[in-house]
Formats: sequence, C-alpha cells, structure tokens
Amino acid sequence: MKSVVNDFSIHVATVNGSGSQTANNVLLRSIMQMGVPVSGKNLFPSNIAGLPTWFTIRVNEDGYIARHARNDVLVVMNPETAATDVAAMGPGSLIIANDSIKFPDVPEDRTVYRVPMAKLMEPITNDVKLRRLVVNMIYVGIAGQLLGIEQAEVEKALHAQLGKKPKALALNAAAVKAGYDHAAANPVALPFKVERRNLTGGKILIDGNTSAALGSMFAGVTVVAWYPITPSSSLIEALIGYLERYRRDEKSGKATFAVVQAEDEIAAIGNVLGASWAGARAMTATSGPGISLMAEFFGYGYYAEIPAVVWDIQRVGPSTGLPTRTMQGDLSFAWGLSHGDTSFPVLLPGSVTECYEFAGTAFDLAERLQMPLLVLSDLDLGMNNWMSDPFEYPAQPWDRGKVLDEAALDKIDQFQRYGDVDGDGIPWRTLPGNRNAKGTYFTRGSGHDELARYTENTAAYVRGMDRLKKKMENARALMPQPERLDTPGAEVGLIAYGSSHWALLEARDLLAKQGVKASYLRVRALPLAQSVHEFARKYPRVYVVEQNRDGQLREKLITEVPDVAARVHSVLHYDGLPIDAQSVVDGVLAHEGRTVTEGATR
Amino acid sequence: MSAPTTPPAGQPVNRVGLTRADYDGSKTTLCPGCGHNAITGGIIQAAWEAGLEPHRVAKLSGIGCSSKTPAYFLGHSHGFNAVHGRMPSIATGVSMANRELLLLGVSGDGDTASIGIGQFMHMIRRNVPAIYIVENNGVYGLTKGQFSATADLGSTRKSGEANRLMPVDLCALAIELGCGFVARSFSGDQKQLRPLLKAAFAHKGTAIIDVISPCVTFADHEGSTKSYAAVKEHDAPLHDIDYVPYFEDLTVDYEPGTTREVDMPDGSRIFLKKLDTDYDPTDAKKAWAVIHEARAEQKLITGLLYVNPKTHTFHDELRMVDAPLATLPLEQVRPPQRVLEEVMRSFAEGSAPVGAGGG
Repeated sequence: MKSVVNDFSIHVATVNGSGSQTANNVLLRSIMQMGVPVSGKNLFPSNIAGLPTWFTIRVNEDGYIARHARNDVLVVMNPETAATDVAAMGPGSLIIANDSIKFPDVPEDRTVYRVPMAKLMEPITNDVKLRRLVVNMIYVGIAGQLLGIEQAEVEKALHAQLGKKPKALALNAAAVKAGYDHAAANPVALPFKVERRNLTGGKILIDGNTSAALGSMFAGVTVVAWYPITPSSSLIEALIGYLERYRRDEKSGKATFAVVQAEDEIAAIGNVLGASWAGARAMTATSGPGISLMAEFFGYGYYAEIPAVVWDIQRVGPSTGLPTRTMQGDLSFAWGLSHGDTSFPVLLPGSVTECYEFAGTAFDLAERLQMPLLVLSDLDLGMNNWMSDPFEYPAQPWDRGKVLDEAALDKIDQFQRYGDVDGDGIPWRTLPGNRNAKGTYFTRGSGHDELARYTENTAAYVRGMDRLKKKMENARALMPQPERLDTPGAEVGLIAYGSSHWALLEARDLLAKQGVKASYLRVRALPLAQSVHEFARKYPRVYVVEQNRDGQLREKLITEVPDVAARVHSVLHYDGLPIDAQSVVDGVLAHEGRTVTEGATR
Repeated sequence: MSAPTTPPAGQPVNRVGLTRADYDGSKTTLCPGCGHNAITGGIIQAAWEAGLEPHRVAKLSGIGCSSKTPAYFLGHSHGFNAVHGRMPSIATGVSMANRELLLLGVSGDGDTASIGIGQFMHMIRRNVPAIYIVENNGVYGLTKGQFSATADLGSTRKSGEANRLMPVDLCALAIELGCGFVARSFSGDQKQLRPLLKAAFAHKGTAIIDVISPCVTFADHEGSTKSYAAVKEHDAPLHDIDYVPYFEDLTVDYEPGTTREVDMPDGSRIFLKKLDTDYDPTDAKKAWAVIHEARAEQKLITGLLYVNPKTHTFHDELRMVDAPLATLPLEQVRPPQRVLEEVMRSFAEGSAPVGAGGG
C-alpha cells in the first residue's frame, strides 16, 4: 500500500443543526496545529436544522488550500445521504461510518470502517439530546487515531473552543477519547497519514466575513446599516460584536458607532448614503438580492456624488437561487448598477487578508471618489475558514477625501459643489453642520450644475456627465492594481479574481507539470487597470477563469480591448461549489486542444 | 448662496441675530395658490421665530411637488432631496452621523403613504429625532392628478371618477406605531400651523405633522374632499394652540379649566386652549377614537392629536458619544494595535468563535 502523507481530503456528511461544526473545526484545527496546511469548506443547505450538510477538510503540505474535487476519506453520519455519499467514493478510499447507518455494499478496494457510536456514547451521558450532539466527537477521535492526528492536539483544539464551558468540554473530551480508544483497539491498515510538519507556525484560521468586519472596525467605521441576508449576515454580526467590545466605553456605556438593522436593503443603502452625506464612514453588507434593491439609490449616489461602502457577499443567483452556495455572478451587475449611464468602483478581494485590508481601502476610495463602491466577496471566501498570516495593523491614517471645512471655505471666493476645480474630475464637498454658509448646497438626484443648482440645461448636463466619466477614468490608477505572476516563455495567460485565486495558483503548477507554461494575473478591482489590457495583449491565448456562467469579466475585458476578443477564452465554474484546480486545468487543456492526463493531480 | 449678512437697519432680528429673510430659500416653482407654498411660508416664519441656527438644520425630502419645497426655504441649510419615498432612510442615516442636526423632512401623500409607507413606519418605530411634514393633497400632482393613498372614500378626480379605496390615515398610523408627536393641520391655518411647527422643533423623537394642503390644479374642484372649500367647511380644530419657547420667559395667564399645558423636554411649553370639548392629547386611545369618529362624520379634525414628550428615542437606543460620529478623529475610532494583536491571537489559538455557517 502506497502511503499518502499530508495530501488528502476528508469529507464529513452530517445533518444540519446536529452540532457537527465544533467537531469539524476541532479536526481542522488539530491538523493545522501539527504544522500541516489545511482548508475547510462547509457545504450547507438553506435550512436551520434537519437537512444534509457536508464539511470537507483538505490536508495539503504543499499549501494548496482550494477545494479538492476528490475526497479520500468519508465520514458517514447522515442516513439520508449515506448511499450517494458512499457511492461517490473512489478506489482506495476510507469510509468511516456510524454502524447504525445502512448503505449498499461497496467494492472491496474501499475500506469501510464501522463504528458502534451509540454504544460508545452510552457511558458518556444518559441525556439523549446531548448524545446526539456529542456523538460527532466520536468520529473526531476515530479519524484522529486512524489518520495519525495526535490526540494531544485534538484535546488542545477542543479546549480552545470549549474551554469556557467546562461541562461541555468534559463531555466532548470523553467522546474524543472513546473514539481514539476504539480505533486503537480495532486497527486497520490505511494509506492516509497526517505527519507533523512546520508549515503553519503563527498562522491564523479565519473566515472572510470576520476579516472584513475587523478591517472595517480598524478603518474607523462609524455607521453600519444592514438587513439580514445569507451569506453576508455574519459580516455585520461579527462587526457588531467587535464594535460593542472595543468601541463602546465601558464606564459611560457610550459608543463611537451606531448600528441600525434596517427594514430592507433599500433603507440600508439610504441610511448609508444619509450618514455618508453627513460625514460618517458608513457601510452595509448584503448579497445579490440586496444589491438588486439598492440599484436606484446607487444611481443617486453616483450622480449626487456621495460615498458609500457596500459589501456584496455573492451567492448563487439569479433570484433567490441557491442561497447557501457560492458564485461570482454579480460582477457585471455591480459595475453598472443603476439606470442611466452609471458605473461603480468594485473591489475584488481574493483572500481573507484582502477582506481585512480592502475594508479600509473601500472607505478611502469611496470617500476620495465620492461614489458608492462595492466590495465583491463571495460565500466561499466570506463564510469558510481560511489559513492566513495574521493581519497587520494599518500603517496609514485614513483618507477622508476632499472636504472643505469652515476655514477652507473662508479662503475661496465661491464653493462649487460639482465643479472640477482640480482637473481630476473629483469635486469638493462640504458637510451639514458647517457654520460657513458659503458651503451650503442642496443635494439632489435631478439635473444640477456646478453650483448644485437645479437645471435642465443640456450643456450643463453633458458637462456633469463628462466629468463623472473622467473621474471614473482616473479611478483606474487609484484602485488596487493587479497581482501578477509572470512565467518566462509562457504562451498562455490566466486571468482570475476573488476566491478563485487559490485554485488558480494550484492549477498553474499543475499546468506546468503538463508542459503548459502560464502567467497569471489576478484582477483586484474595477475599473480595470491599464496593466490588465497589456496582459491580455501580451499572450497568444488568454483564459479568464470565473465562477459564473456568462464569463462576466471576459465580457468586460473584450469590451475594453476588442482587438484581443478572439484570443481571450472563458474557463467557467458555476455549480455553486467552490472552484477547484482540476476544473481550471481541464478547462484550459480543452481549449489548448489537449486532453487531461489521468491521475495528473496526484 | 451667500452667507447671512449684517441685517439692514430696522429689520427685526431673532435670538440668533438673523432676519426673517435669512430663512428664505429660492423662488418657488409650484403652481400659484398651491397649499405647499403656504406651508413653506409657515416653515420660514416658524424657523425664524424659533431662532433655529440654519447650519444646524438639515432639510430632507423625497420626490413630488412637496419634496421640491425644501429648496424654497432655509437657503442657508444643507438640503437632501432623496429618491421617491426614501427620505426616512436618509434621515435615519443623517441622524446617526450627526446627532446635533435638526432634521426637517418634507414629504407628500404619494411619497409617504404609497411608495414610502414602509420607511415612514419604520422611522416612527425607531423614533428617529426628526420633523416629518406631510403636505397632503390626496393626489399625485407632478404626474397630473392620479389618486394617492390618502384620498378619501368618495372623493372625486377632476374627471369625476370617485375613489373607492380606503384611505391611509397617517396620523392614526403614527399613533399606532408609538409616535410621540402627532398633529394634523391645514395649510390655510397659519395660526395653528406655526406653533405646531415650533413645538415639533422642540420634540425629541419623530414628530409627524400631516398638513392638508389643497392642490389648486388637480384637486380643488367640487367633489374633492381636499379642496380649499371642502377643507374650510369641514375643518374642526381641537383647540387653539400657543407655543412658548424655553428662551421666552413669559407668564401665561389663563382661566383654570380652559387650557392644557404640555411641557417639552427643553423647557418650552405648549398651551392648548379648549374649544367645544376638552381634548386630552396625551391619551393615545382617545386620539385614535377621535380620528375615526371624525372620519365617520366627515370632519377634518386638526390640532395636536397626540403628544408624549418622553418617548424612548433612536438616540437613546444607540447610546452614542456626545460628539457627532461624523466629527470623531481617527484615534477615537481606530482601536490601538494591541486590540488587533489580541484578536489575532484568538484566531491563532482557535479560541475565537469560528465560522458562521450551518452544521
């Protein structure tokens, strides 16, 4: 038996609401504590309790943390899905199953390991409800023993999560031990092993929504408005948690922030625009249905030039779609989110670190440009746990953009709210509360001239619209620039963005093994940087990899650089699961006129 | 817009040294005789008399004839003419960002009772400190005379078509939702409107003033229940209203049993002089009953329908620092580096709450 060390995936099939999350996180953490890179993907239904849910842990010492399409170890805890889950397992795989769950026989080259979980739970507690929750820790112990995960690390991970609840900790620890003891007494020969490495020192494990929340707090957000929607709610809930803890004075009880749970997303963006207009750093977070509702106010913010920061944690559309699955389907819509000629700056974080950092960038840019700005994250990035280096404290102060205070107004003859006084398309604004009446103006979404007066004058309208276009053109250079990995002699250029990044890094290595040299550019913002145009022109064949059906970034790219249209192809992944490297490789090789070599991924 | 200048000799000034003209805005573009213009005049007069500081006022509105009017008053105040029906959400945001601003919202019956009914209701639920004036004429003026949701049963359009749908009574709704200041008035009754406006300026939470304001172009005909003639005929004031601001140290004499006094939190006082019956504006259930009886009797009752100066406001709920959030310096809103280090440690150790998905 060829041993497989630190390179396999564990797939846990459970029932939503059964308390498996703690168990899965303990498993994930304990492997990471052994110095081996991991990633965890939670595949859950739009349901609170009772429907099937899966959690996949990828163990990979090369540091590839994208989802892996093939699972090597299956944990069967859900009778409803057992037959299909088991049938999906390939030769050489391990199936750990609660022995009370029946499923059809599998070919002999799969190892089925049945565990009398109910019996093992008997001595641990008499409480039926607790048994149901704690039984998950049995599979943690079983998998731990069979896969060589050190028991001390499992106990440490368990303690970190439940240390504040001694009773729960004791129960869970007993179940873990029962699992370890049972598997030790009933050994089986297996290829899969976790071996200690030193590759995760100092790393953190965090999801993108929490990262964005932290970034927003350190960016100095003061007003938060939101309407609950999966998968963005956890961003705001994490933010509220941090703000309450670190931005409310313990003695006085007074806060340097205000949060409102709005009646809908229209109100949420209205709250944000009102607060930003009055000078606060204001934000909201939502998902596709929410930005659909916000469209009218986005156009208002564009035309009246008011900053707003809106996080769109993308989920599968159209309509309600698959609310708990991931997608990059909102790019085109976000770019032109309102009626008339509009376009909006869009940030595309590709990691939890960028979720943290772009939170500050978003405020700086929205206030600099005086525009609503979208940050497009997605469910995979936002709600799954990712290994990362710890975040760094912001090195810079904030950029509040062009605001004239009383003293600055004293020095000018006339305040032109919508005049291009600096030649960069960005006007100056004043805030209500300003005592210098010279700075007073009336904000409106109807036609206005440089002095913010109502007008239907055609020339004034065109001047205003042309200035707005100029402002957006200049934004290209202000937005985060793409990240590039150039490969000498490459004939292929890969372009991707957002959470696809990790699959792209792995796919690029896999392609190299197949003899396809590829350079890689990761787009980090719209409007597209000039260097994206150059990259697309440089390579004979360019593949834009996206998690949507219509190739939305490709469409945007070939609109801007029409001469490359015939050379720019789409590689698409849009089934709602996080993209994996093999899909990218398959897509590229298909275009390259080559077939995939069987087993090339191992 | 230029800054307020030194007042010309002989022009009376208010307590903050401004003339009445300092509260003017640009020239109205509404139809001559429009009720809204009279309300604009009332707002200018009341703001001047109350001595509002223009820089501390934010004027807000939605879309419609009424929502245009903030351009016509208080030209030295910032203004925000929002999208249709969404003024309350803007007001809520402004109120969070700058708690020192006095929010003066103007909307219409279409902007409030149809497209904006949700935001109207939720603003009241939250008790956002703001004055919300509805300039109510029962029709959509800018789109040429369609019925609005406040059109009375049986009221007709110019074409003769009668409304058969139940009207939304914004005052009854506001009382139902716990609003602490609910008044109804008539654009033609400045004597009543002005003290109501000044009292609303002193109110701590949301103040709703539903002002019947006839549309001279589309609803001033016979058959319209909101024509000048109909309103004058059916207007039934609950009381005569006097308002004494906190900065005027006046002794008010009145015969016992003839007048009710309402004390506002800032020390201002509202005096309600009894007319036919003694109306108690602090009894929400009675207010609600009076509104419904008036509808049955086809009377337009006006006055201060309900007042509770001590409601729990949005600001009470938020417990913000005293300085406006918009003015806080970076060091007050960016926690120190040790906080980030503490949080990062929790994610390295695994003691932070992890993940938010199902499972």
